[in-house]
Amino acid sequence: MTMKPAPFKYFTPASEEEVLALLTQHGYEAKLLAGGQSLIPTMNFRLAQPAVIIDLNRVSGLTYVRPGDSGGLCIGAMARQREGEYHPLFAERAPLIRETMPHVAHPQIRNRGTFGGSIAHADPAAELPAVMLALQARFKLRSREGEREIPAGDFFVGMFATAMQPEELLTEILIPPLPRRSGWAFKEVARRHGDYALAGAAAVVTLDEQERCREVRLVFLSVGDGPVEARQAVQELAGEIPGEEAIRAAAETAAAIDIDPGSDIHASAEFRRHLARVLAMQVLHQAFARARRA
Amino acid sequence: MGTTYIGQPVLRNEDERLLTGQALFTDDVHLPGMLHVAFVRGEHAHGRILKVDASAARSRPGVIAVFTAEDLGSYWQPGPLLVPPPPIERLTFHQRTQVPLAKDKLRHYGEAVAAIVAESRYLAEDAIADVIVEVDPLDAVVDMEKALEPGAPLIHEGLSSNLAAHVIQEKGDYHSVFPGADVVIKKRLLYDRGTAAAMENRGVVAQWDAAGQQLTVWDTTQAPIPIRNGLARMLGLSESQVRVVAPFIGGGFGPKIMMFYPEEVLIPWIAMQLKRPVKWIEDRWENFFATTQERGQIHEAEIALTADGHILGVKDVFVHDTGAYDPYGLTVPINSQCTLLGPYNVPNYYSEFKAVFTNKPIVTPYRGAGRQHGVFVMERLLDFAAKELNIDRAEIRRRNYLSPGDFPHNHQIIYQDFAPLVYDSGNYAPALDKAMEMIGYEKFITEEQPRLRAEGKQAGIGIVSYVEGTGIGPYEGARVTVEASGKVCLATGVGTQGQGHFTAFAQVVAEQLGVEVKDVRVVTGDTREFNWGTGTFASRGAVVAGNACHAAARMVRNKILKLAGEILQASEEELILEGGRVYLRNAPQKAITLGDLAARANPLRGAVKPGSEPGLEATAYFGPERGCTASGVHALILEVDPLTMMVEIQRYVVVHDCGRVINPMILEGQIQGGVAQGIGNAFYEQLVFAPNGQLLNASFMDYLLPTASEVPNIENAHIETPSPLNPLGVKGAGEAGAIPTGALFAQAIENALREYDLEICEIPLSPNRLFDLLGERVKQNIEISISHE
Ligand SMILES: Cc1cc2nc3c(=O)[nH]c(=O)nc-3n(C[C@H](O)[C@H](O)[C@H](O)COP(=O)(O)OP(=O)(O)OC[C@H]3O[C@@H](n4cnc5c(N)ncnc54)[C@H](O)[C@@H]3O)c2cc1C
Repeated sequence: MTMKPAPFKYFTPASEEEVLALLTQHGYEAKLLAGGQSLIPTMNFRLAQPAVIIDLNRVSGLTYVRPGDSGGLCIGAMARQREGEYHPLFAERAPLIRETMPHVAHPQIRNRGTFGGSIAHADPAAELPAVMLALQARFKLRSREGEREIPAGDFFVGMFATAMQPEELLTEILIPPLPRRSGWAFKEVARRHGDYALAGAAAVVTLDEQERCREVRLVFLSVGDGPVEARQAVQELAGEIPGEEAIRAAAETAAAIDIDPGSDIHASAEFRRHLARVLAMQVLHQAFARARRA
Repeated sequence: MGTTYIGQPVLRNEDERLLTGQALFTDDVHLPGMLHVAFVRGEHAHGRILKVDASAARSRPGVIAVFTAEDLGSYWQPGPLLVPPPPIERLTFHQRTQVPLAKDKLRHYGEAVAAIVAESRYLAEDAIADVIVEVDPLDAVVDMEKALEPGAPLIHEGLSSNLAAHVIQEKGDYHSVFPGADVVIKKRLLYDRGTAAAMENRGVVAQWDAAGQQLTVWDTTQAPIPIRNGLARMLGLSESQVRVVAPFIGGGFGPKIMMFYPEEVLIPWIAMQLKRPVKWIEDRWENFFATTQERGQIHEAEIALTADGHILGVKDVFVHDTGAYDPYGLTVPINSQCTLLGPYNVPNYYSEFKAVFTNKPIVTPYRGAGRQHGVFVMERLLDFAAKELNIDRAEIRRRNYLSPGDFPHNHQIIYQDFAPLVYDSGNYAPALDKAMEMIGYEKFITEEQPRLRAEGKQAGIGIVSYVEGTGIGPYEGARVTVEASGKVCLATGVGTQGQGHFTAFAQVVAEQLGVEVKDVRVVTGDTREFNWGTGTFASRGAVVAGNACHAAARMVRNKILKLAGEILQASEEELILEGGRVYLRNAPQKAITLGDLAARANPLRGAVKPGSEPGLEATAYFGPERGCTASGVHALILEVDPLTMMVEIQRYVVVHDCGRVINPMILEGQIQGGVAQGIGNAFYEQLVFAPNGQLLNASFMDYLLPTASEVPNIENAHIETPSPLNPLGVKGAGEAGAIPTGALFAQAIENALREYDLEICEIPLSPNRLFDLLGERVKQNIEISISHE
């Protein structure tokens, strides 16, 4: 019935300033085009019919990956997802992202898809938003009015919804350095290799000198309207020595209390809860093991 | 004569064109002034159409015309019944075929309501939203069993219920078995299938040349000649005025044999109305509604056996979901009914089915065409019996195989080709032995499985048998011509959708004419090149068209030897035809090339002998008296993750008997592709319909096709039991890979999860479904897994 997008106006700005001017002018009518891997299919299905497309692919200075302050990492919004696998800075400074990347779609899609696009799109089944939350990333947003920085925790506000204003552009993702004695892990269950997951979990943990939990973050994907932090489970672990019993109990709490998954044709809420419990145990187990070795 | 090419893995003639982008597909046809069509499709599965108002669409810039059912006048007719029901006594069949555009009622989601013709596809799609379709929604019939309950909404007025057909076939007397039966097993089994999802969707391009009074149609059909014949009739043209080309096609798998699709009826008519070329290319979303599918059957099946595992009889009563219309007659359920008997000796059989209309897309054959359902029922019954009687799964099959001396074997029921179900030949035990050896059946069960279990790994093995009725009539033809270049042209009527016809047919001809395979140019699927034929379906290309190629090549061979004998003044016994020339056995320097012979056979001056024909050319037809029965054994080792219910296939073995093999490389490709579709059917693909008849997963985002990561490499072996029904001794192989996979998968999963005492009575499965079947017990696995770490 449809495979071609509805009519739209197309702009190819060369600089951030031009983008911001176009955004101010067209606001709600406009959509930014990054890798197009989510936007173009929805346009071809005519689920999205933006009147204006602002193509970011010719904007200079948005594709970088560079060291941030004191061991952190700065990622330009238009850096392709593929960099996450191969750019040495990821291995060095954000190994959790590197470990996650192969689960995001397929190589062809990661060649086009961008970090900014995935984060701005805020698909509740996407990996990167959950990982950003686990890493306490911060996002730089620019508009004609100025620039602001917003933590991942305040950015994702619901199903495909973010705290960005229509005239704002996401320009940079800042990944803070991990403290000493930290560990991380990511796992997901997907029907086929490269599919959006039925459920997934990311964990970032830090131990103190006595091997007790100093900080734990456990974030799920595909079990809610966005990335879901397991707050209650994490509290149970605070200050504890994370043995198998404690991990098991935390995973129980996470699956039973912290999440409220929905049902769809691929997985019932009950199955998702079960998977979340399994994954929580696996990622906590692995993250603590890494932290102990660190 | 020794074989030079038959049986060899000759590289494919067509691959160079395909791999370098030189092959013409329907969407590659670009004509000056071409218009584009988009369809307005109904958004209810069941409803009365109150109004279709296209006036706003008609006045949109760029829109040339909009056609609704009213606009078609007398051209609006329900489609033909493609396959009438076979001659079975006491058979009930209600014919209800699809219409070009829905007029008074919508009977499944996505039925076409209006055709918008515009200067581009973009503009045509823009106008879809302009067309107002007012519908009074009716309750949808989705559940095939509820469809038959009194008070169910009626899909076709004029019928007293949603019953489409009722058929009983019997052999022996099932009720006579009870006195001798030591065990009777009764199960309710459910088998659902999905959509073929060919890589290329359907498409039609039509061009009416008013000056030449010629209609040319490019169509992704598997049956170009019947489409030509039907179009000529509908449009009031002579068959010679209509040329249908089925160019390269990105996969057929059965749904493209269906005819006439509404779009095939409409696009040529629109081209004639508007006197401009018209193109319609189906998009993937449409393909989920507008292209036919296969679907569910629910079987109540029963098997009676002796204590040593011999089958006394089988009783099976099932419901078959035929969708909103039944243009393909009873082929799918009859295949289920007949294929259930498998390679086994079943002395008594009672089989009864009801086909029902539902508010879902139309059901017609898709690779396997109902055979999966039958194989699933029989193989599951044997598995349950083996368990009950404590007999090994492979052994219970072996005990019931027909033996080589039993052929031809008459099952005494009627098959889809209207002839009695008679197996021409077969030899089943060697395939079973070979498969067991290749997969290491005994060793896996006695050594590997216990070791893997000790490591906490739930690995399982499966092994199943099946037969495949193939190569049915009525006939196909071929014309072989040796040209003055010394090269050969071969034309046949069947269309080609990736089966390697350009090579397999060329091998058959090259073998006879002593030329290289690459020097045989094969033309298929163009009605201007060959006038007679039916199409590519039922694993019949190699059998029926292949033997026609063989017969025509034999005739040309005789002409070559006769003429060469006259020229070289030698008897035919003294001649050798080889390497593109004919020479004397005892004096190889006395020779003449095929090119020279072709020129001599078609002189520009002088006389052709009275009673002879010019050229080195012959046309031949082949029509088998009935189909031939291929068979095989599939074996599988898989592992189930006890925490996530994800399944990984470790090994997959196919031992297959399709008689004489023409090209083992092409055959392996067919098997590999079939198994991929079988795996999809078993664990990934499912069409999910909401209670209102809406399809909930009409895209590749949610309809999960297995990809290269999910499909293992298939390990193949062949057993050759030549068919006595055709000179080449071949049997079909197109569907073999896809047929037993569901049954195999179910058995292997049960075996992997042995301690849960699961009974799997349904396909498709999914991780979620396994989770539901295992229930609370999965959750306990978490404890187990921790203790393993
Ligand atoms: C087959 C397939 C499988 C996939 N599987 C997965 C998967 O498993 N996991 C997963 O996470 N994703 C998956 N994706 C989605 C993929 O990761 C996309 O690349 C990603 O979601 C969007 O990134 P993009 O650069 O392509 O953005 P686009 O599609 O170009 O844009 C997406 C949205 O973000 C907005 N946007 C883009 N850049 C900016 C910016 N700088 N500032 C503000 N707004 C912006 C756009 O306006 C648009 O609304 C899959 C996609 C496909 C086609």
